[in-house]
Amino acid sequence: MDTRLSPGSTLDGFTIGECVHDGGMGFIYRVTGPQADFPMMMKVPRIGQGQPVEGIVGFEMEAMLLERIRSAHVPRFVAAGDLSQTPYLVTEWIEGQLLEGLVRHAPLPVEQLVAIGAAIGDALDSLHQQDAIHLDIKPDNILIRPDGRAVLIDFGLSHHARLPDLLAEEMRRAVGSAPYISPEQVLGVRNDPRSDIFALGVTLYELATAELPFGSPQSVSGLRDRLWLEPRPPRAIRPDLPAWLQEIILRAIEPVAARRYPSAAQLAYDLRHPEQVVLTDRADRQGRAGVFTHLKRWLRAAGREGEVMAGAPARQLEQAPIVIAAVDVAHLDDDLQLALQAAVRRVIEHAAGARLTALTVIKPTAAFDGESLDKTASGIHLEHLVRLRHWAEPMNLPPERLSVHVLEASDKARALIEYAQANHASLIVIGAAHYSEPVLGLGRSVTTAVVEQASCSVYVVKGSAAVLAAQD
Amino acid sequence: MRKTRVRIALLSDLHANLEALDACLRHAKQQSIGRFAILGDLIGYGADPVSVIERVGDLVAGGAIALKGNHDEALSRPDASLTPEALAVIDWTRVRLSSEHLAFIAALPLMVREHDACFVHASADAPHEWRYVSDDAAAARSIEAADAVWCVVGHVHDQMLYYQGAGRRLMAFTPSSGTPVPVGRHRRWLAVAGSVGQPRDGNTAAAYAVLDTTAASLTFFRVPYDHASAAAKIRAAGLPERFALRLEGH
Repeated sequence: MDTRLSPGSTLDGFTIGECVHDGGMGFIYRVTGPQADFPMMMKVPRIGQGQPVEGIVGFEMEAMLLERIRSAHVPRFVAAGDLSQTPYLVTEWIEGQLLEGLVRHAPLPVEQLVAIGAAIGDALDSLHQQDAIHLDIKPDNILIRPDGRAVLIDFGLSHHARLPDLLAEEMRRAVGSAPYISPEQVLGVRNDPRSDIFALGVTLYELATAELPFGSPQSVSGLRDRLWLEPRPPRAIRPDLPAWLQEIILRAIEPVAARRYPSAAQLAYDLRHPEQVVLTDRADRQGRAGVFTHLKRWLRAAGREGEVMAGAPARQLEQAPIVIAAVDVAHLDDDLQLALQAAVRRVIEHAAGARLTALTVIKPTAAFDGESLDKTASGIHLEHLVRLRHWAEPMNLPPERLSVHVLEASDKARALIEYAQANHASLIVIGAAHYSEPVLGLGRSVTTAVVEQASCSVYVVKGSAAVLAAQD
Repeated sequence: MRKTRVRIALLSDLHANLEALDACLRHAKQQSIGRFAILGDLIGYGADPVSVIERVGDLVAGGAIALKGNHDEALSRPDASLTPEALAVIDWTRVRLSSEHLAFIAALPLMVREHDACFVHASADAPHEWRYVSDDAAAARSIEAADAVWCVVGHVHDQMLYYQGAGRRLMAFTPSSGTPVPVGRHRRWLAVAGSVGQPRDGNTAAAYAVLDTTAASLTFFRVPYDHASAAAKIRAAGLPERFALRLEGH
C-alpha cells in the first residue's frame, strides 16, 4: 500500500508540507495545523507486504509511548491516526543538530564531550523517571538543541513498564543497533534502564576516540562478545583524555548492569563534577586484560542466559536517588546536625544505589585577603570540606556514593535549589532551623525558601531541642 | 457523524462482597461510565448475596449486561469442581435467596457480544465448561472463538491483558492500576478484568476495569475498600475462615 502523501493535501486537519525523509520504514513530513503553536512533523509508516513487522509495530510502540511521556527531552505528542485506517503520528518538530553529525568530527574536545554526555544523561533520567526505556540510544537518535539540551528521538524499539511491550516476543532475538546494544539486550532483556546507560557509554567512547568499543558486529556471536570482552581503554587510543573520563566511560559500559551507574542522573553528575569522580582500576587501565582474565569473564558470561532484571525503571531509580544533605558545618555538634545525620542515614540505608552529596553554602570570600592559610579563600574552603567529610563518615558510604561540596553564594537558598535542580537530585534533607538568618528582603528562613521553591522533595529535620521545647 | 463515547465498566467475580462492589461502583461514578458489564460469579465465598444480587438487578434494569458464572450456576446444579468449602457457601446462600433472586440468576446468559467486544465469565470457546483463561494458549483459544476485537473474561481473579505482539505467540501483560492502555482495533485483545469481591494476589484492593470503545483504551483499576467489614461479616455468618482471610490478603 502506498502511504505517500502529497504536499498541500490535508489529513485530519493537518496540512502536509515538505517530505523531509523517505526511508525504508516510512515517510516524514513537515505539517501545520491548528492544534499547536510549535513546529510539527508527521510520520507515516510504509505498510504492506514485504515490510518488516518491526516497522509497523515499532511505529505503534512509539505512538503509544510518546502519548504518555511529558519531557523537554522528548518531542511533544500531538496526534495519532487510527492504525487500522490512517496510520500517522504527529509530534513536535525539534530544531537541533543530530549527534551523528558530530561523530564525524570525533574525537571531540573533552569540554564539548562532557557537555553532550551530561545533556544526554539528563534526557535519559527524565525518560527513566517516567518508566520508559529507549533501548536504541545512538548518535542517530539524539538531537542537540541550540541551547545544548538533548532530545531523544525514534522510540520504535522502546519499552514502557506500564504498557504492553509489543516487541517483547520479537526481541527474544536481539534487535537494535549492533555497536550500541547492551549485553543484556543481546540476551533478550528489555526492561533494564541501565541498557540505555551502556549505550550512552558507547556513544561517549565513540565521541572521545572516534572508535567503537565493541566494533560493529554483524553476527549474534559477534554481539555476544560484549558479554565478556574488555574494550581497549579510551586513553590507549587518545592519551590526552583525563583519567576520570575513562573511569566514567568504562563504568558506563560494564558488561554486568549492576556494575554500571545505577542511574543516568548519577552518570551526568560525575561528568559535571570531575573532581568528585572516584578513580578505580578502570581509570588507569592501559590496555586490555590478559587472556586468563578474559577466559574467566567468558565463563561467567556463558552463565548469564535468562537473567532476571530488577523492577520497573522508576522503581529502580527509587533505589538510586541523588540525596543532598544541607549541613551547617559551623555547628557540627549541635543536636540538629546529629538529627540530620540520623535522617540521612535512614534515607540512604533503604536505597542501595543512593548517592549522597553533603553540601554547605558559605558567604563568598574574596581570594587572597587572608594572611595565614586558614583565612584565605582556599583555606576556608578546604576547612569546610574536611568538616563535611567528617560529618558524612558515620554513613559508611563507599567513595563513589559520596561527594562533598562547598558552595559560595550570598543567597544560600537559591544556591541550594539551583544545585539540586542542575544535578537532578531527588531529595534535599535540611534542618528546620538551619541557616536561620532571614533571606534578604523576604523575612523567611533558608529552609522555608527551599521547601517552597525546590523542584524536588524536601525533608525538613528538627533537632531534639525543638522536639523537647514543643512538649513543654 | 459524531460518535458517542462508550465507556464500559467491567466488574467480575463479585462473590457476595457488598463493600467491594459499592466501592467499585462509587469509583466508576468518577469515570463517566455509560454501561456496566457484570461478568459473573455474583455469589459464593461472601456474606452478602442478597444485597449484591439486588444491586446487579438494579444495574440490569438500567441496561447493564450481566452474565452467569460457575458459582451462580451451582445454585441450581451441583458442581463437582468446586471445593467442599465453596459448596458449603453455595448451600448457605441458596436458602437465603427468594425465588425471584434464583430466577434472576437462572436467566443470566453465559456470553454476550456487543460493540466489537465479547463478554464471558470463563473461556469463550466453551463458556459452559468454566475453563480458566490463565495462559497464552487458553487466551488464544478464547480470542479465536470470541470473534471480537476485545474479549473480556473473569473467573481467573488476577488482572491480565493478553495481546498479539510482533511475534506469533500471545504475550501476557500485568497491568498497573490507573494507566490507560491503548487497545487498538487492528489487534485482538483478551482482558481478565480481575475480581471485585475476592482478589487473590495479596493486594486487598478490589479489582475492575474500564473499556473505552471509542478511544480504544482499557484501564485497569484497584480500588481500596473496607475489607475488614466484609471479612467480619463472613466470620459472623459462620462461613469458612479461609474466605475471610483471603479478603485480608492472606
